[in-house]
Amino acid sequence: MARKATTTRKKTTKVDKEQVQKYYRDMLLIRRFEEKAGQIYGMGLIGGFCHLYIGQEAVVVGMQSTITSEDAVITSYRDHGHMLACGMDPKGVMAELTGREGGYSKGKGGSMHMFSKEKNFYGGHGIVGACVPIGTGLAFSQKYKETDNVTLCYMGDGTVNQGQVYESFNMAELWGLPVVYVIENNEYAMGTSVKRASAQTELFRRGESFNVPGEQIDGMDVFAVAEAGRKAVEWARSGKGPYILEMKTYRYRGHSMSDPAKYRSKEEVNKKRAESDPIERIREKLLNDKVYTEDELKNIDREVKGIVAQAVEFAQESPEPHPDELYTDILI
Amino acid sequence: MPTEILMPALSPTMTEGKLARWLVNEGDQVSSGDVLAEIETDKATMEVEAVDEGTVARLLIAADTDNVAVNTPIALLLEEDEDAASLDNYSVGAAPAASADVPDNSVETAVVIESANEAYDASGEIPAGTEMVKMSVREALRDAMAEEMRTDDRVFIMGEEVAEYQGAYKVTQGLLDEFGKRRVIDTPITEQGFAGIGVGAAYHGLRPIVEFMTFNFAMQAIDQIINSAAKTRYMSGGQMESPIVFRGANGAASRVGAQHSQCYAAWYAHIPGLIVVAPHNAADAKGLLKSAIRNPNPVVFLENEILYGQSFDVPVLDDFTIPLGKAKVARKGDDVTIVSFAMGMSYALQAATKLAEDGINAEVIDLRTIRPMDIDTVLASIKKTNRCVTVEEGWPQHGVGAEISATIMEKAFDYLDAPVLRVTGKDVPMPYAANLEKLALPTVQDVIDAVKSVTYRS
Repeated sequence: MARKATTTRKKTTKVDKEQVQKYYRDMLLIRRFEEKAGQIYGMGLIGGFCHLYIGQEAVVVGMQSTITSEDAVITSYRDHGHMLACGMDPKGVMAELTGREGGYSKGKGGSMHMFSKEKNFYGGHGIVGACVPIGTGLAFSQKYKETDNVTLCYMGDGTVNQGQVYESFNMAELWGLPVVYVIENNEYAMGTSVKRASAQTELFRRGESFNVPGEQIDGMDVFAVAEAGRKAVEWARSGKGPYILEMKTYRYRGHSMSDPAKYRSKEEVNKKRAESDPIERIREKLLNDKVYTEDELKNIDREVKGIVAQAVEFAQESPEPHPDELYTDILI
Repeated sequence: MPTEILMPALSPTMTEGKLARWLVNEGDQVSSGDVLAEIETDKATMEVEAVDEGTVARLLIAADTDNVAVNTPIALLLEEDEDAASLDNYSVGAAPAASADVPDNSVETAVVIESANEAYDASGEIPAGTEMVKMSVREALRDAMAEEMRTDDRVFIMGEEVAEYQGAYKVTQGLLDEFGKRRVIDTPITEQGFAGIGVGAAYHGLRPIVEFMTFNFAMQAIDQIINSAAKTRYMSGGQMESPIVFRGANGAASRVGAQHSQCYAAWYAHIPGLIVVAPHNAADAKGLLKSAIRNPNPVVFLENEILYGQSFDVPVLDDFTIPLGKAKVARKGDDVTIVSFAMGMSYALQAATKLAEDGINAEVIDLRTIRPMDIDTVLASIKKTNRCVTVEEGWPQHGVGAEISATIMEKAFDYLDAPVLRVTGKDVPMPYAANLEKLALPTVQDVIDAVKSVTYRS
């Protein structure tokens, strides 16, 4: 069932202009947001863990373009990009990073623990692997309630060596659950490369023994992501059960802010950035196809920077949670 | 001498069963492996196979006989060279009374409580004059789930063998027939996976009941219970919730060894964001499970394999619930307070009966919910009796008794006339040997000794 990368898209695929503009804007928002988060982390405004999504933007932006607002989304701890792509307010996300009252979890969750019932975003999970059964449970509920909704369950290349992932693949296929498992293979699980951790490095094949079909995609190409995503979502939505998409991607920054990333060379990172940056690729396309002029692109950059600046301002001005909040939201 | 065929024990906790049907007649030749009879227990129908070859000389127990004790001779077999005359000299010896080791709960008294300071008054839970029916804990739990499933389509049950097999311990018997496979779901053996699926379904608005065959296996899933279910409300600033019940057998059964005999009450009771329930009798099991299913928080519901088969009075009420987080004074007394829960209540109540013969009137409190703990009811009792003994099957270090003891010291130190004593399971992995297992568990005598110590009556 599994098949390998169809990285060369059919040239004939028509992508409408508005969609391309949205891809660019959404990816840029994540990029700028994360750069800013990194910057204010260095200023001591964000504490603890902070896992940046820079480099992987095409995966979530492409995938989110394939679902509706009624569908469910869940991911692991590198989650800021997913929240923004779900339409969550950058102010609320940034204020959660700074641990303020205005954050999505009132400052009580932090970088890895944000949720939005309104946007059907179910977290933000800090234990590697845990989001996979939970995401499968979201799909279980979608089927139980006889909706035609699907769940996008994101995970990293490190996650795929956890046993509960396979427990989930098995039950999802057994029960025909509408879930698309998106493996964001950024090549490193913290400091361990895929080939040092995985006996089977073709991660899209990890569902084979459960008959879950899988496919490997160039996750740096938002169009390829969206095209594969549409097919996988359609597969799940039509009642055929789960589908696995392995997105070959790359994170430019360390695993977290405290990771000096000594496990890979500077040259490797620079080469990836220079040759396959997802935002640069679409930027070129926008110019070549004359969707935008340089000036128009600059205006979008300015607008996005403004949104991020407002988010940072909000995240600094919002007060810390009231001390009474210590004992709320435990049991009701 | 003819060979006796004995009533077999078909599970670790079986003490008696029904000899439903003979599949052989007197005079039949049998060889090992032949099915001789069918035995019904409260869990299942099982076959009795011949071990020896020979002729069925006599059937000692008629078909369709109830309550045949384990190890009772049920038939006699003559081997090839044996003379039928030897039957004439045969007399059925006294059958070993296998049931002697099983705690007798008939001593349980009605719920009585005098009005105490902040203590919870459980007397209103069952209105006076309510009709009562005898029911096993197993049936009470099943009825609780069935009633909640009838009124709320969001409620479903999943777990190993809950559907087609009718439950490993038959707690889900009949549910598949009534509710169908959409709502009664057999899972593969995959605790972490299906616990997580339950949590995801709860996030998404369903009301899952996740059955663990025993809580020993739930250690595979404890990350999902604690990190994904218990902490979510807090981590989301109150935005998300996981209304889910994790239930199954907890603690020691009988001779099932170290990996299958652990009590997890203290483990889960450590966790903010969880409600932990551990009922003793059938009425509490039913009323508390119904409340647990309706509760918007994750609930760990600890049952007990030995208690499954024991019967108690259950009120005949359309919708009988018991509030979570409320202890009950199961027996009134002035001389000492015994605090316990679940199987520990069996020891506590039997000890109280024996102590009364010595003139010591123990007040026995059944916590029922371990977290949040109804410490007010405990404290109100201590202020009256000035002495306390805790009883649990779990280990001593960081146990439920340790917590109660520390809280009493903090909040009622001046009322104490003696140190609080803990009766617990011994600080060892559960041994298999019958004698060692008995030593490892708390006993009625342990409770009596502790009470005599705190009342200075040796």
